[in-house]
Amino acid sequence: MNAPFRTAAGGRHDRGRPVSFSFDGKTYQGFAGDTLASALLANGVCLMGRSFKYHRPRGVIAAGSDEPNALVSVQRDAARYAPNLRATQVELYEGLSSESQNRWPSLAFDVGSVNNLASPFIPAGFYYKTFMWPRKAWDRFYEPNIRAAAGLGRSPTEADPDRYLNRYAHCEVLVVGGGPAGLAAALAAAQGGGRVILADEQTELGGSLLSATDATIDGKPSDDWLAETLASLAALPNVTLLKRATAFGYFAHNMIGVTERLTDHLAAPNAATPRERLWNIRAKQVVLAAGSIERPLVFPDNDRPGILLADAARTYLNRYGVKPGKRVVVATGHDGAYRAALDLHRAGVEIAAIADLRPNPTGPLVEAARAAGLPIRPACAITGTSGGLRVITARLSPIKGAGQVGPAQIVPCDAVLMSGGFTPSVHLFSQSRGKLRWDQDLLTYLPDQSAEQERSAGACRGRFGLAEALADGFAAGAAASGAEVSRTFAVEALEGDPRGVIGALPHDRGVNAKAFVDWQNDVTTKDLKLAVREGFQSIEHIKRYTTTGMATDQGKTSNLNALGVVADVLHKPIPEVGLTTFRMPYTPVTFGALAGLARGDLFDPVRATPIHDWAAEQGAVFEDVSLWKRARYFPRGSEDMEAAVRRECVSVRAGCGIFDASTLGKIEVVGPDAAEFMNRMYVNAWTKLGVGKCRYGVLCREDGFVTDDGVVGRIAKDRFHVTTTTGGAPRVLGMMEDYLQTEWPDLNVWLTSTTEQWAVIALQGPNARRILEGLVEGIDLSPEALPHMSLAEGRIRGVPTRLFRVSFSGELGFEINVAADHGRAVWEAVWAAGQPHGLTPYGTETMHVLRAEKGFIIVGQETDGTATPDDVGLTWAVGKAKPDFVGKRSLARPAMSEPDRKQLVGLYTDDGAVVLEEGAQIVATAGQTPPMRLIGHVTSSYYSAVLGRSIALAMVSGGRARLGESLYSPSPVGDIPVKVVPTVFYDPEGARVNG
Amino acid sequence: MDKTLAPNAARGALDGFTAAPALGLAAACPMTRFVLRGRAEALAAAEAELGFLLPRQACRAASLDGRHALWLGPDEWLILAPLADGPALGEALEAAMGAHPHSLVEISQRQTAIVISGPRATGLLNVGCPLDLDLAAFPVGMCTRTVFAKAEIGLWRRAPDSFHIEVWRSFSPYVWRFLEAAGAEYA
Repeated sequence: MNAPFRTAAGGRHDRGRPVSFSFDGKTYQGFAGDTLASALLANGVCLMGRSFKYHRPRGVIAAGSDEPNALVSVQRDAARYAPNLRATQVELYEGLSSESQNRWPSLAFDVGSVNNLASPFIPAGFYYKTFMWPRKAWDRFYEPNIRAAAGLGRSPTEADPDRYLNRYAHCEVLVVGGGPAGLAAALAAAQGGGRVILADEQTELGGSLLSATDATIDGKPSDDWLAETLASLAALPNVTLLKRATAFGYFAHNMIGVTERLTDHLAAPNAATPRERLWNIRAKQVVLAAGSIERPLVFPDNDRPGILLADAARTYLNRYGVKPGKRVVVATGHDGAYRAALDLHRAGVEIAAIADLRPNPTGPLVEAARAAGLPIRPACAITGTSGGLRVITARLSPIKGAGQVGPAQIVPCDAVLMSGGFTPSVHLFSQSRGKLRWDQDLLTYLPDQSAEQERSAGACRGRFGLAEALADGFAAGAAASGAEVSRTFAVEALEGDPRGVIGALPHDRGVNAKAFVDWQNDVTTKDLKLAVREGFQSIEHIKRYTTTGMATDQGKTSNLNALGVVADVLHKPIPEVGLTTFRMPYTPVTFGALAGLARGDLFDPVRATPIHDWAAEQGAVFEDVSLWKRARYFPRGSEDMEAAVRRECVSVRAGCGIFDASTLGKIEVVGPDAAEFMNRMYVNAWTKLGVGKCRYGVLCREDGFVTDDGVVGRIAKDRFHVTTTTGGAPRVLGMMEDYLQTEWPDLNVWLTSTTEQWAVIALQGPNARRILEGLVEGIDLSPEALPHMSLAEGRIRGVPTRLFRVSFSGELGFEINVAADHGRAVWEAVWAAGQPHGLTPYGTETMHVLRAEKGFIIVGQETDGTATPDDVGLTWAVGKAKPDFVGKRSLARPAMSEPDRKQLVGLYTDDGAVVLEEGAQIVATAGQTPPMRLIGHVTSSYYSAVLGRSIALAMVSGGRARLGESLYSPSPVGDIPVKVVPTVFYDPEGARVNG
Repeated sequence: MDKTLAPNAARGALDGFTAAPALGLAAACPMTRFVLRGRAEALAAAEAELGFLLPRQACRAASLDGRHALWLGPDEWLILAPLADGPALGEALEAAMGAHPHSLVEISQRQTAIVISGPRATGLLNVGCPLDLDLAAFPVGMCTRTVFAKAEIGLWRRAPDSFHIEVWRSFSPYVWRFLEAAGAEYA
C-alpha cells in the first residue's frame, strides 16, 4: 500500500484491518479507525475542498468537529447521500464513497476559483450593495443565480430510507464531553448514586488523552489509565456512556439535545437499526466538559492546503499514525505547538523552523524543544506561504515591534503548523444563557454566571492543563451529584503556559493580502476592517455584514480572532466590542433525527370514526378536518365531486340521506348546577328547557364574538348532552373547564368529554322516520311524542341509544347516538333498512350545501372571530333576560350594534349559473379599480341542485338593510352582479323539518 | 328482521391489531369505564359502594377485585371495571351517591387500552413519552395523563415492567403503530 505519510507504527487505528475507500472517484487505502481526513492525509491528499466564496483550494486544518474546511459528501446509494460532512468526523468503512464539494468540474481545476481573482470586487456586503438595482431583477435574475452559485453540497433528491428514533431520558448528572475533565466528572458523579449520562461526539471516549503520548496519570501511561477508567465506568449500572453523540443544543430547564450516530460508521448497517437517535435528556445537573478549540493564526495566505492547527497535527500523528508532512514549519504564539513539534520530531518529521511570535519563549515545553535541537526563532511572524494545491514554502519575518516586520526569509516546507492557543468551547454554556466574562490574562471569554443547574469544568473554563482538568472535572462531578468524595490525580506531563495570542499577525504584504479569519465563510481581516470603516461598531452587526462566525461552523475557530481584529481597528478593549451569540446546533443535525418517527403515516395521528371503514369500502373521498378523516362525498361511477354532491343533495331532499356525524364534539355537563352553568356559558337561556328537549346553543368568548355552536339536549334535570363543532371540541371543553375552575368553583357541575364515546349517525330526509320505525324499541317516533328539537332514550336493534330529532339540513332529521363499538353495526342496520326508501350516503360537502340552502352558519366559515350573534342573525338565540353570560358585557358596547357592522345575508348572482368564489370581496358599485372600497365578503358559495341555481352567504356591511340591493363581486373576469336576498334559500317557511 | 344485533357486532378500536410479543405489546380486553367527579359526600358514598378508598394522593391508582380507581385530578377519577360489571356498577354507584353532588359519566368506549410489558417497555414508551419512567420517579401504582408523541394518553404502571395505556379510541391506532415503529429493530 502506498501511503507515503503513514508512520511505521503507533496510532489507535487498526493496522490489521485495511479498508479501501474512494474520494472524488479515486480509490485509496486506509485502516479501520481512520477518519476520511486522516486516511487522505496518509495518502498525501491535502486538498479536500474549495472555499465557500472564493473557491480557494482548502485542506483540513483541524482533526475534529471544529474543522471549517474539509466538508465532503458521502454517498451510500441513490437515496443515502449526506452532504456537508466534516472529513475529520467521517469514519472510514470498506467501500466508503466520498466526494468534495463546491467545485466544478474538478477539485483541482475549479472554474469557480475565478471568484478568487475577482475577489477585490467581492468585498464584504457585496450582495447587499450590488444586487439592489434594478429591483425587479432580484426575483427573476439575481436571486436564482446567486442561489445556484451559493451553498455547499447538494441535497439528496430521494426520500430518506433510514430510520431515526427519538428518546427521552432523565438523569441526575449529564456530563458533556468525554475528555479528562468529563471522565473525572463522571467518576465522581457516579458515586453520588444517581443516574449519570456521559455524551461525547467522538468515536472513542478520551478526548485529548486519545492524542497523548508521554503523560502518565496515577503512575500509569495515560492510555492505560483511560482504558481502566472507561472499563470501570462501563461496569457501573447507573452510568450510561454515549459515544458518537453530539450535545448540540442546550434548551430551557436543563433539556439537552444529543444526536447519537449509530450506523454511519458501518459498511453494511442493519436496515432495522436506526441511523441516528435523538436523545432529549432532562438532567438535574449538567457538567459541561466540552474542552477547547485551537485557534489558528491570522496571517497572509494562511488557508493553503498543508497548513493546519498544531494540535490537530499531533492528533493525526499520535492517534492515526499520520505525518502532516515531511518538512514542517511551526508558527505559534503558544506553548502547545512545541508539544506537536516534539512529537513530530520524534516521529522523524523534519522541523524546519519554529517561528514564535513571542520575544522570549520559555517553559518546560520550549526547553524540551531546545534540548532536542529544534530551530526556534523567537519574535518571528509567519507572513505568507506559497504553493498551488499544497504549501511549498513559508515566509518568516522577524518582528520589529509595533506591527512592523523585518526582511523575510523563505523556508521550504510541505506543511505548516499553527497555533494561537486554545479557545474554551463555551458554545453550550452560552446557549444555556449563562453569562460569560472576559479574561484578559488568558485572552478569552470564560463561563461566569450560570443560568441553569450547570457547571463547566476543565478546558472549557480555562483549566487547560491535564492535572487541573482532571481535578476540576472531579470536583464538578462531585458537586453536581452531591457526592462527598475527593480524589487527587497524580499527573506527570509537560505543561505549557496557557496564554496565547489573538487577532492578526503583523506583516508587510500590503492591504490586499488575504489573511483568513473565518475559513468556512471566507472572511479575511480585510473584510472585517472594511466593515468597521463602513461604520459598523457592534460585533453583532459586523457578523451579519461579513458573515464571520455564522453557518454550521458557529465561529469555532474564528470568533476570538475576529474580535481581536475588530477591537484592534476600533481601538477598544474586547469586552466593549462584545461577543456574538452562539447558536444551536453546535454541529449540524439531520432533519431525520429531528423528525424521528414523525413522518409518513406517523406524522400526525389520523383520527377515524367507527364508520370510517364502511365509507372507505363505499369509495368515499375523504377530507381532513382537524386530525379527523371525514367522508367528503361518495362518488358513483365516474362522478366528480360536483356531480356526486348534486346527486346526494337531491337524494336527501327527495328521499333520505345517511351521514356520519361522529366527529362532532360532545361534552356531558352533569351536576345539580348544570343548567346554571349552561346559562352562564352560552348566550341562550336553559332554565326552561325541558328534559328530553334540545336547543341550538351559541357560545361567545369574553369579547362577545361567536366561538362555537351546537345542539344541546337535556337528558335529565342535572345532565346536558352538549355538542360542539368538530374542530372546536377541545377548545370548548378547555374554555368551560377554565371558567369552572377559576371563576365558578362553587358550582356543583362537572364536565366530561364524550366525543368518542358516541358514534353519531345522522338520518336526514322525508323518509327518515319510515326507515327508523322498524329499528327502534322504547321510542315513540311520532311527531307528537318526538317533535323537532327533542330527544329520547331507548334502543336501536338492541343497542342503547340517545336519539335526537334534529336537523342541519332543514329536512325531517334524526341523529342516532350509540356507543362507539356498535357504531358500524347500527349504521349497517340503518343502511339495510333504508334501501327500500332510497337511502343515500352523503359526505361533508353535501352537508355544507344543505345547511347553506337553509342559511345555517358554520362557525369558522361564516364567522371569523369578529362576528357577534347578531351579525350572523342569531339575536333570537340570546337570552336577553339573563343576568350574565360569557360575552354579555362586551355585546353591550355601542360598537357591537353599529348599523354598518358586517351582517350575514344571502346573495343571488344575476346569472344563476355563476358560482361565486368563497372569500371573494363585495363592492357597492361596478367598475372600481384598486384600492376599492370593500363592503363585505362571500363566506359560503355553492351550486344548489334543488334550486337549480347558485347560492351564496356573505358578510356585508349593514347587510340586512340592503335586502334587494344590487352589489358586485370583483373577479378576474370582471365585476359579477349580485342581489342581496334573505339567508334562507330553501323552504323559508321551515315546513319540511316537520315532515 | 332480528330485533337485536349479533353479540359479536361490536368492534373495538384495536380489533385487527395483532399483539407483538417481541415488543410486549398487546391490546387490553374491553372494559367498563366511568369518569367520577364530585364533592366529598358523594365520593364517600362511592367508596362505600366500591369497597375501597379512592386514591387522594395525586397520580395514584387503587384497586380491589378487578376494579380500579385512577386519580386524574383533585376531584376526578377514572373507574375501570370488568366489562360484565358495566351497567350494574353504574346504577349501583348512582344509587349510592344519590342526591350528593356528583357526575358519573360512562366512557367505556371513549377510550381503549394498550398494555406494554417486558424489559423494553420503558425504553419504547420513552420514544414518545417525555416522563421519567425510572421506578423511583414513576413507581408501580402511579398513573398520570401525559403525552405519547402527538397523542394524549393515560399511563398507569401496574408492575415494574408493565404499563397500561389508556387512549382515546381514534388515537389508539396511532399510539399502537408508533410503539411498533419504535421497536421495529426488535420485532
